[in-house]
Amino acid sequence: MSDQVIEIRGLTKAYGGHRAVDAIDLDIRRGEIFGLLGPNGAGKTTTILMLLGLTESSGGTVSVLGFDPVRQPLQVKRRVGYLPDAVGFYDHLTARENLRYTARLLEIPGREIDGRIDEAMKRVALADVVDRRVATYSRGMRQRLGIAEIVMKRAEVAILDEPTSGLDPHATHELLEIIRGLKRDGVAVMLSSHLLDRVQSVCDRVALFNRGRIALLGTVVELANQVMGAGHPIHVEATGCDIAESVRGLEGVQKVTPEAEGGVRIDADRDVRAAVAARIVSAGGGLQRLSNLQPSLETVYTRYFQENRDAA
Amino acid sequence: MRREGSPFTGLGPVFLKEFSDHLSSARMMVLMLFVLAFGALPVGLSLQELRNVTESDPFLFLRIFTSAPQRVPFSFTAALALVIPLLAIGLAFDSVNSEFNRRTLSRVLSQPIYRDALLLGKFLGGLATLAVALMALWLIVFGAGLLLLGLPPRGVEVARAAAFLLVAIAYGGVWLAAALLFSVIFRSTATSALCALGLWLFFAILWPLVVQVLVLSLVAPEVAAGFGRIDETLAMIQTQAGLERLSPNTLFTEAVIGLLNPETRTLGPVLPAQMRGAIMGAPLPFGQSLLLIWPQITGLVAGMIMVFAAAYVIFQRQEVRA
Ligand SMILES: Nc1ncnc2c1ncn2[C@@H]1O[C@H](COP(=O)(O)OP(=O)(O)OP(=O)(O)O)[C@@H](O)[C@H]1O
Ligand SMILES: [Mg+2]
Repeated sequence: MSDQVIEIRGLTKAYGGHRAVDAIDLDIRRGEIFGLLGPNGAGKTTTILMLLGLTESSGGTVSVLGFDPVRQPLQVKRRVGYLPDAVGFYDHLTARENLRYTARLLEIPGREIDGRIDEAMKRVALADVVDRRVATYSRGMRQRLGIAEIVMKRAEVAILDEPTSGLDPHATHELLEIIRGLKRDGVAVMLSSHLLDRVQSVCDRVALFNRGRIALLGTVVELANQVMGAGHPIHVEATGCDIAESVRGLEGVQKVTPEAEGGVRIDADRDVRAAVAARIVSAGGGLQRLSNLQPSLETVYTRYFQENRDAA
Repeated sequence: MRREGSPFTGLGPVFLKEFSDHLSSARMMVLMLFVLAFGALPVGLSLQELRNVTESDPFLFLRIFTSAPQRVPFSFTAALALVIPLLAIGLAFDSVNSEFNRRTLSRVLSQPIYRDALLLGKFLGGLATLAVALMALWLIVFGAGLLLLGLPPRGVEVARAAAFLLVAIAYGGVWLAAALLFSVIFRSTATSALCALGLWLFFAILWPLVVQVLVLSLVAPEVAAGFGRIDETLAMIQTQAGLERLSPNTLFTEAVIGLLNPETRTLGPVLPAQMRGAIMGAPLPFGQSLLLIWPQITGLVAGMIMVFAAAYVIFQRQEVRA
């Protein structure tokens, strides 16, 4: 089998004259976590629905694990787990009953069902509430229950639409841990999100959607280089000297900005770490910290949409 | 574009879930209480009256269903004609749109199942529930009859009553399909309930009047006044009956008359030619009665299928995102 689990070519969706998704090409590789980013209405959900055959495309081709979601939706849906944005369950049933219903739809043999439910619920840390009615579940628990469904399904691909929306930081962290666990099991994960720093921490690659097109595609570092230019931002903390003063005139340094939590950020067009350290030491300062700053996805995102303000 | 895989994949689980949800729901309890209350009154009173009937009536048992007691103006079957639609609407008016609103639809449809199976499963689950409820009611009436009349029904009476049960289920099926249709069209459950109830009121009360007004306004004034030639008058009556039969209520009522009043020979105007050789008041054999109401039965079933098909077509084209 090929390395690609999802292959999208020229995929288009038009609502009337409006192109919600406009001829996108995308490949998702086996075992990676792929992030879909983009402002509201950029076409992320529409793309996801077309991958599952839940919305008809207006053009282009999709192959999910070698199957065509339009002609072979059952094959696709048997192997792909989907967590819709704002996932819902039957409130009057318990989590176990909800999952049992799904298990029957999946034609999981009856004697395996309860074992697989327990196993999946353990994975998402809901094992002790499996027999409680879903009405009593919090938002974060529902979201995790949605992932438990995907685990129970033993999906090869998991597509998660804004899995972290509406979750508090702790719940978000837990959920992302679970998503990393999916990856460890060899599941390819595709997720859409607005929480950029969180996406940055879990995603191997991301695509930035804008008005139905993929504006940028690649690893976070690649994106940063495309948008911000190949810069070398560093973070410096030192005592006993004025950092800005001591690095003044240093070759390559473009900008020095004090940061709220202490220390300064130095933007340079080359790696200036050694030179900065030398300057501070010679100025009599005590170097506390000198670190290479990974470009934050948030900065990339903001910068991109500032530069393409008319486009966004 | 051809789809692969059976459209009925997953039908079983959907059906079972709907069925068990209905049976365990508080709503079903309320609906049943309602139906029982409506049914108990005419049945109880007519049983009292029938106990005192001394002349021998070969179809005494069927009279429990059809006789309107003196103190209430309607029979058990008339009550059912009114209440069955309500039961069906109560079961189905929110079956699809509530899945939208609870946001379970896209999750369920992302499992290996076509929309066909989901909709059909919901319909069949509702129909099975309806069948169970009507069967229970039927058994209650039968049991009460056995106890209070103190004589067992004859085989032919049981057969006729059983056929009546099937017709009642088909009648409920039409309204179930209609409520399902509204639940597909409208995202708001309140709107869909309102529309279904409106349609019910329309057919129960307004439609016969509308037909009458319509027909009378179409024919010549002397025919309308009752002084027309016999063929003209006949044509008018037939048009009226034809139009009235567009209402499932009419079809049900006529089918019930044919089944439970074995003396019924025709459901339209009686012409002298039809009466030739007939003994007044002699019952028709069961087979003949069935033949008589066959168009009504097929009408009900066809209506049920057509309305369901409409719901199906609309549901297929709908966006799943909430
Ligand atoms: N049924 C519809 N009819 C017409 N336009 C639609 C329909 N559904 C979606 N759209 C349009 O398609 C575009 C893409 O919507 P989509 O839901 O894919 O965006 P999204 O990237 O998921 O946004 P969000 O971050 O808000 O979830 C939007 O402009 C939206 O208005
Ligand atoms: Mg979306």
